[in-house]
Amino acid sequence: MRRTAAAVVRKDLLLELRTKETVPAMALFAVTTFVVFHFGLNRGSVAGDLAAGVFWVTLLFAAMLGINRLFVAEREQGGFDAFLLAPTDRTALLAAKAAALFVFLSVLELIAVPAFALLLLDPSPWPALPGLIGLLALANVGIAVIGTLASALAIQTRARDLIAPLLALPLLIPVVIAAAKATTPLLLAGGPGDVAARWPLILGLYDVVFALTAYAVFDFLLED
Amino acid sequence: MYGKGLRALSLATTVVLTAAFALVFFYAPNDADQGFVQKIFYIHVPMAIVALCGFIAGGVMAIAHLRTRAQKWDMRSYVAIHLSLILGVGVLLTGAIWAKASWGHWWVWNEPTLVSFLIIFLLYACYQPLRFSIEDPERQARYASVFAVVAGAFVPLNFLAVRLAQAYTHPRVLGTTGGNLPGDMRFTFLVALAGMVLLFVTLWKYEMASKHATMQLRALRRKLAGEEEPVRATGRTAAPAATLHARPDTH
Repeated sequence: MRRTAAAVVRKDLLLELRTKETVPAMALFAVTTFVVFHFGLNRGSVAGDLAAGVFWVTLLFAAMLGINRLFVAEREQGGFDAFLLAPTDRTALLAAKAAALFVFLSVLELIAVPAFALLLLDPSPWPALPGLIGLLALANVGIAVIGTLASALAIQTRARDLIAPLLALPLLIPVVIAAAKATTPLLLAGGPGDVAARWPLILGLYDVVFALTAYAVFDFLLED
Repeated sequence: MYGKGLRALSLATTVVLTAAFALVFFYAPNDADQGFVQKIFYIHVPMAIVALCGFIAGGVMAIAHLRTRAQKWDMRSYVAIHLSLILGVGVLLTGAIWAKASWGHWWVWNEPTLVSFLIIFLLYACYQPLRFSIEDPERQARYASVFAVVAGAFVPLNFLAVRLAQAYTHPRVLGTTGGNLPGDMRFTFLVALAGMVLLFVTLWKYEMASKHATMQLRALRRKLAGEEEPVRATGRTAAPAATLHARPDTH
């Protein structure tokens, strides 16, 4: 299974490197959203809970673009059939797609975090960075798992671009709650404060629960 | 099969619900701070409990469907979720009325149970569009079951996250639903809860009986027609019974 998953991840990353269809669009969307927030909030800089909210909402909506496109190549060019014909464990596709989405999100954040710091953030981003990287990693796992599941559920429907965000957004609200609450003290105007341990724990619990749930049900999405 | 005992159940539901309303209006005392309006509690909270249990039951039935592949389990899960959604609308409406009466606003964000319920309701509101936009009936059942399982797992986790988020500023005890009610209020609440559970089960059985009968009727018609005429599903429906593959199962 590990070799299959690695092969699919390699295929996805290669495809993205050559076509540059998803990640640049996500990054551009995130930067544009920061600009929109600047005008929408009518503020030159943000800090504390407002900064955390703007940051996570932007990341979440940018992630939706990636989630929408995650299985499009499989659906349109027969990748599903090919995968089903291959004598491999179907869970490998879940692992591979979640890993690919995780990489996409990480690359997106490599662009979005500096852009946010430059465009909107009031305090210096450096002291918050170690904590922020940990939170981003935890949140990315959750977004990648739920995103893969929602995308796989929506891809066979007639209105997939509508269904995937509608499914993924409510499912990701606990991630937003925990991530925004945990990020708020990191982005305070007077320098970072302490993060309550419960929020990373909630994120970790969420990741574990939904990774297991996805593992249990994903096979059923890939029959026929 | 689903019609069995339906008359007795309907009668029991009517009796218990009537008794519950009588108790609410004539037996339970008015709340000391909120007065008469607090009585909406006896409808709002049982409805919320039943709706949440219905969502989770839908998830459990979906697991049974995925394990056995029997169409009846998908139908059961669909009906449970569909009824819970209807109850969910009632929960949000009564919750809003109660919030307006006791806090002066139609919606308050510092009531974690209601906020969690809204999030869960928004998630389950996608159940029908998801089903509706998949054409192949077998795949429709499978995808809907996967959704029901994932959403069922989401229900407790979401409650935990929202409650913790509120506890940060508003400390509160776990278990707001009648943890420390006085005896007569607790009794009324329990009767109202029993009435709501009976109502849910009765409606569930009615809908199942109707779907089952439609399905069998369609199968018989098809048999009469000598399997030549293709039987069309009537209208645009997301309901699982109206499929071409419906066979008279041997329940």
